[in-house]
Amino acid sequence: MSAHTASGRDRRSASTAAAAPPADPETATIDVPPRQRRRLPGAVYSTAVFAGLLLAWQLAVKVFDVSEILVPTPLAVGRSLVDGFQDGILVTHAIVTLEEVVYGFGLAVGSALLSAVLITQFRPVERVLFPLLVLTQTIPKVAMAPLLIVWFGIGTTSKVLTVALIAFFPLLINSVLGFRSAPHDQVEMLRSFGASRLQVLRYLRIPSALPHIFAGLEVAVILAVTGAVVAEFVGSSEGLGYLIQASNFTLDVARTFAVIVVLSAIGMLLHAIVVHLGKWLVFWTESPTTSGIES
Amino acid sequence: MSTSVEIETDEDCAISLDSLTMLYPTKSGVPVRALDDVSLKVRDGEFLSIVGPSGCGKSTLLRIIMGLSRQTSGHVRFGATSSTHHNQLGMVFQQPLLLPWRTVLKNLMVSPDLHGKRDDNTRARATELLRMLGLEEFAGRYPNELSGGMQQRVGIGRALMHDPRILLMDEPFGALDAMTRDQMGLDLLDIWDHDRKTVLFVTHSIPEAVLLADRVVVMTPRPGRLADVVDVPLPRPRRLENINTPEFGEVVMRIRKLLDSEHSAH
Ligand SMILES: Nc1ncnc2c1ncn2[C@@H]1O[C@H](COP(=O)(O)OP(=O)(O)OP(=O)(O)O)[C@@H](O)[C@H]1O
Ligand SMILES: [Mg+2]
Repeated sequence: MSAHTASGRDRRSASTAAAAPPADPETATIDVPPRQRRRLPGAVYSTAVFAGLLLAWQLAVKVFDVSEILVPTPLAVGRSLVDGFQDGILVTHAIVTLEEVVYGFGLAVGSALLSAVLITQFRPVERVLFPLLVLTQTIPKVAMAPLLIVWFGIGTTSKVLTVALIAFFPLLINSVLGFRSAPHDQVEMLRSFGASRLQVLRYLRIPSALPHIFAGLEVAVILAVTGAVVAEFVGSSEGLGYLIQASNFTLDVARTFAVIVVLSAIGMLLHAIVVHLGKWLVFWTESPTTSGIES
Repeated sequence: MSTSVEIETDEDCAISLDSLTMLYPTKSGVPVRALDDVSLKVRDGEFLSIVGPSGCGKSTLLRIIMGLSRQTSGHVRFGATSSTHHNQLGMVFQQPLLLPWRTVLKNLMVSPDLHGKRDDNTRARATELLRMLGLEEFAGRYPNELSGGMQQRVGIGRALMHDPRILLMDEPFGALDAMTRDQMGLDLLDIWDHDRKTVLFVTHSIPEAVLLADRVVVMTPRPGRLADVVDVPLPRPRRLENINTPEFGEVVMRIRKLLDSEHSAH
């Protein structure tokens, strides 16, 4: 088969060479559309593959007669999604979880950035705080969720704090790296113009930190969603994590799947917001090729 | 004794260095003697080149004058005073060191921004400098859209923005190819000719040093000392053709010999 395609390619190139030796611009114009056509199918293919998988899933469940209690069909999940949105149950619980994620994430961003600035700007703070923070980083944060619920109750506060705790560390580490990433000779350049420390921070360290901060934000935003769900598992009376447990309890597996779909959608949406905000703010590190694809 | 030296300093002396010594601490405990007893008088409005092998303390010297490092002993005087405001000094580094998130124009505006001078006059001066440097059309571009030579020109423009009396240049054309380099040197002479700033120009290229300078300081390494200061008796304005004259060759030979003899002495 490979021999066949190779000979086919040979023939094509031979025919173009023989047919029009002086027509260089012609081959150039031929060259352009295929490249664009080749780029498009990427998304088309993955959508097709996704649809194919759904179809295979549907067929497998039907053909092998798998119990609906174990694995629902995609259609059943779709129905459950539509029902959930119509009676509003998915929406109200999604709003609860989204709020926990957003507040917790905001808290993490604020405290991580502030700590990073303090750690990188003041030696004593760094000496005392940084080793402690690195040490506490080794604690699995989800293990703290039950404690937070004991301390702050079953309401939103304990969830927000769990989210913040989980999202905090990747953000802190990346921000500290970021604030330290400004090249020393750039600092000296600013100092040679009489810049104060605060001005070096504002003119150089903060912009230089942005790419690192956004790398941290991308990781943290996904962790934040996980944190909210875990905290709701541990103890709650509302939210998508609670809904998963309630659905499992009533053996409504289709709804469990529906909730997972909604959670994924929330994660993707938040991640996309962070990525786009990052691309917009950190425009200078964007390589020309990626911006070319964007436009 | 140091007071007598101070009285000696004449009016048209832009910078006087008085037995500057610089020791860098090292991990092994034995400090590196980067500069050893360097004394030098830089005349006002003179173009002074500094040559010497790598590691002889050229950058250290400029950094001390700029105030980025503090000498171990010795004095730096500007005219009659022992210190100067940073706005009397402008520094051009080996790398352009532009801020990638600022446009070319905004990069020139760094020092006015730092000092809260964002008026129309300053902006007009920035535009004028860009014209002088041949970068008019690139005012709105970002550094990563410029060639290395263009970036370096922006770096020079940035140092000229606040119109310093003294320009310190540390191998400013080191990262450029030979042809761009020659052209940039001559362009620099044109700019210098406008108002005859005092220029300290560090380079590794002896012909470049001679072509541009009134005098060439020759340094020797470990410890960094002044071997000699060589006069360049070539007429101005200088052109690239000057390189082929016998006078030029003589000066270059003298500097080469100075460097070689010091080299074999070690
Ligand atoms: N921050 C520092 N700490 C320790 N030693 C240093 C430091 N900076 C420079 N040195 C040492 O001081 C000496 C002079 O360094 P300097 O950078 O001034 O040399 P240079 O003449 O500019 O060399 P080059 O031509 O390579 O730029 C070198 O031996 C170097 O190792
Ligand atoms: Mg140097």
